[in-house]
Amino acid sequence: MNDFYGKGLLKGLSITFKHFINTYLEDIRWLVRGKQRYYTEEGIENRKSASTKGIFTVQYPEEKLPVPEEFRFIPFLVYEVDENGEKKDRCTSCGICAKVCPPQCIWIERTNDPDTGRPVPEPAEFYIDVDICMNCGLCAEFCPFDAIKMDHDYEISVYNRQEKNIFNKERLSRPVSYYASIRPTNYAREEAARAEAEAAKAAKQAARQQKQSA
Amino acid sequence: MSEEILVEEKTDFEKRFPEILRDERDGYQGYIIPAEKLVEFAVALREEFGYDFLSSVTGVDYMPEDKMEVVYHGFQTTGGPGIVYKVQVPRDNPVVPSLTPEFPGAALQEREAWDLMGIHFEGHPDLKRVLLWEGFDGHPLRKDWREPFFEEEGKPFKSRWPGGDVIRIEDNNPFNKNVNYPAGFDPADWTAPGESAVYQNVGRLDHAVSETAIGTDQIVVNLGPQHPSTHGVFRMVVRLEGETVVDLEPVMGYLHRNHEKIGERNTFLMNIPFTDRLDYFNSMSNNFGYVLAVEKLMGVKPPERAEYIRVMMAELTRIVNHLAAIGFLLNDLGAFFTPLLYAFEEREMILDIFEAVSGSRMMCNYYRFAGVARDLPEGIFEKVKDFVHDRLPKKIDDLDAFLTNNEIVRTRAIGIGVLTAEDAIAHSAVGPVLRASGVPYDVRRADPYGIYDRFDFDVAVRYHGDIYDRYLIRLDEIRQSIRILEQVIRDMPEGPIQEGKPQYQVRVPAGEAYGRVEGPKGELGFYVVSNGKPNPWRYHVRAPSFINLTALGVMCKNYKIADVVSILGSIDIVLGETDR
Repeated sequence: MNDFYGKGLLKGLSITFKHFINTYLEDIRWLVRGKQRYYTEEGIENRKSASTKGIFTVQYPEEKLPVPEEFRFIPFLVYEVDENGEKKDRCTSCGICAKVCPPQCIWIERTNDPDTGRPVPEPAEFYIDVDICMNCGLCAEFCPFDAIKMDHDYEISVYNRQEKNIFNKERLSRPVSYYASIRPTNYAREEAARAEAEAAKAAKQAARQQKQSA
Repeated sequence: MSEEILVEEKTDFEKRFPEILRDERDGYQGYIIPAEKLVEFAVALREEFGYDFLSSVTGVDYMPEDKMEVVYHGFQTTGGPGIVYKVQVPRDNPVVPSLTPEFPGAALQEREAWDLMGIHFEGHPDLKRVLLWEGFDGHPLRKDWREPFFEEEGKPFKSRWPGGDVIRIEDNNPFNKNVNYPAGFDPADWTAPGESAVYQNVGRLDHAVSETAIGTDQIVVNLGPQHPSTHGVFRMVVRLEGETVVDLEPVMGYLHRNHEKIGERNTFLMNIPFTDRLDYFNSMSNNFGYVLAVEKLMGVKPPERAEYIRVMMAELTRIVNHLAAIGFLLNDLGAFFTPLLYAFEEREMILDIFEAVSGSRMMCNYYRFAGVARDLPEGIFEKVKDFVHDRLPKKIDDLDAFLTNNEIVRTRAIGIGVLTAEDAIAHSAVGPVLRASGVPYDVRRADPYGIYDRFDFDVAVRYHGDIYDRYLIRLDEIRQSIRILEQVIRDMPEGPIQEGKPQYQVRVPAGEAYGRVEGPKGELGFYVVSNGKPNPWRYHVRAPSFINLTALGVMCKNYKIADVVSILGSIDIVLGETDR
């Protein structure tokens, strides 16, 4: 099968050598075109693409791979900011996320109206034990109010997990604008659906008013 | 199998064995066999009816009826649907005759049923715990068994919500206090009886004691639990005569977390992300098997587009797995990490696709009952298309060209670790291990699930049953997967990806179902029993990595100790699935 001993070895080494040479050839090509191959978005995108030649690794943490929109890591709570600059949680403390959570890492404290004692659709506190969270994304998937979403920030290591790793409402809350920036297509789709639902509601109301006046 | 019920006439099985009963509980199938007839029935199935493949053996604890049930799933290696048969025994004295002397493939599974359910298999040559340690108190899959800091029978836990009490769960389990010991047990002065049993049993099978002039002695060597060749925390106890392996016994359970008990506490939906953690290379096909089982119970089917997406993801994950398997096998043969990392370059491309589609590279959690979690994001379909049409076939040819005729690969792999077809079937080996031994048995073809009956592909088969064939068959299977993917890309329809509205609390009617897929490592089965409540009553995983290890001893016997490492590599196990 083999003409001489060591042929397979040389063949194998040749791939590594080819990759080695290709890395520098590619570097020179980029240099000629006046572009940076390392530490730039374009360069990273090129190295992770299917057409890359030579080196295909990135130097984390100096370089970071971009994450796709659907990437999920630790949930966060979305709040809206109204004209007066006041925060309003989307969360109504309905508790579906806590019920659907497979490792049961969500706790919600409900708010009661101080006068009537009746529950108010707003969480007083919201805790997630991120040591237990398995990043499955079911809470975000089944939230009927688009109030809990999965984050893109995967660098959450701390020195003291006993103190730091139960996230409270303050730590979990992010503005809608942040959500729109990390998941633009999801955000656009949800907003469109919301606008449609509101339009339908308004039309219904208008029809009813018309009926009453007539 | 539901057609059987419509037929009034007696089936062949009932004619042959008048004392067996049909299982007539709602949603159940198969036959109930009297315990004393079990072995005769199983052997007759093999000898007279062609059900030569005993795929799954597991137990169910029917506590309300005060019964234990052992459930057997048999199949024909020539294809077709299987047969389910059960033995019911009283709960306080669960003794069932062992099938291991007739079907060696039942050995580890019966040990598991003893370990976790406390069912005693009479006549089993070596009935001891397999996943748990010998001093463990009780049998955890029994419904009345409770862990030290038991919260509740089923999720969602009321203790966590809506009171809003912030507690760290681990504060419930301070170090050293999270284990219940049997009465009168002191861990300080205790040695595991199983430990000495392991060493005694390694010499259990006949071996020739050296009669040479120089008095040599056989020695027992532990490979593992922490050994670079064992692919995780896994131990092989090997008895050696010189360098030759006389006997080998796998020891596992170091990563055991009682996945099945967790699964029985979870709601049906919550189990999907947990299946990701079984064989963490192939979360997509793990999801597939589980949702198939539950969909059978629910009687729903996903829409067309979801079916195609499912097949696409399952085949991509097969390519990922086989690339990794080939890479790690080469690692074991001494080509340290170079071939593996080139294989991983392609794997990385596919994982990028998974990440974009499902949100995570490995813990995909993508399949849902009657659908998939979300549609393909923009650009991904084109990416898969380019990858499958242009890049991947070339890279596979490269791997083939560089590795297949490599002299070291050939000398170390050809004729080593031979498993004959008869042995493979008897030991319930599945997947590439079975097909490399010359048995063309692939669930995708033998008992098609999803839409696999629409695709044109060949069942890869090789005939020598050695390491080399187990390596080649993985290359063959990648090529067949590419063929299937080409057809998926050609035919992918537009449309919805979920039947009905996605629900977090699914209603699953009472009954049993066995969903199986041809995972990259072999037949992956999920046996799910529902009693109509939100949590499954029984959730069992028929793990290919675990059951393929039954044949490891047979494969290694009479080869050299250095070959053990590469033989293990050629089976391709993942400890997350083996230990569960």
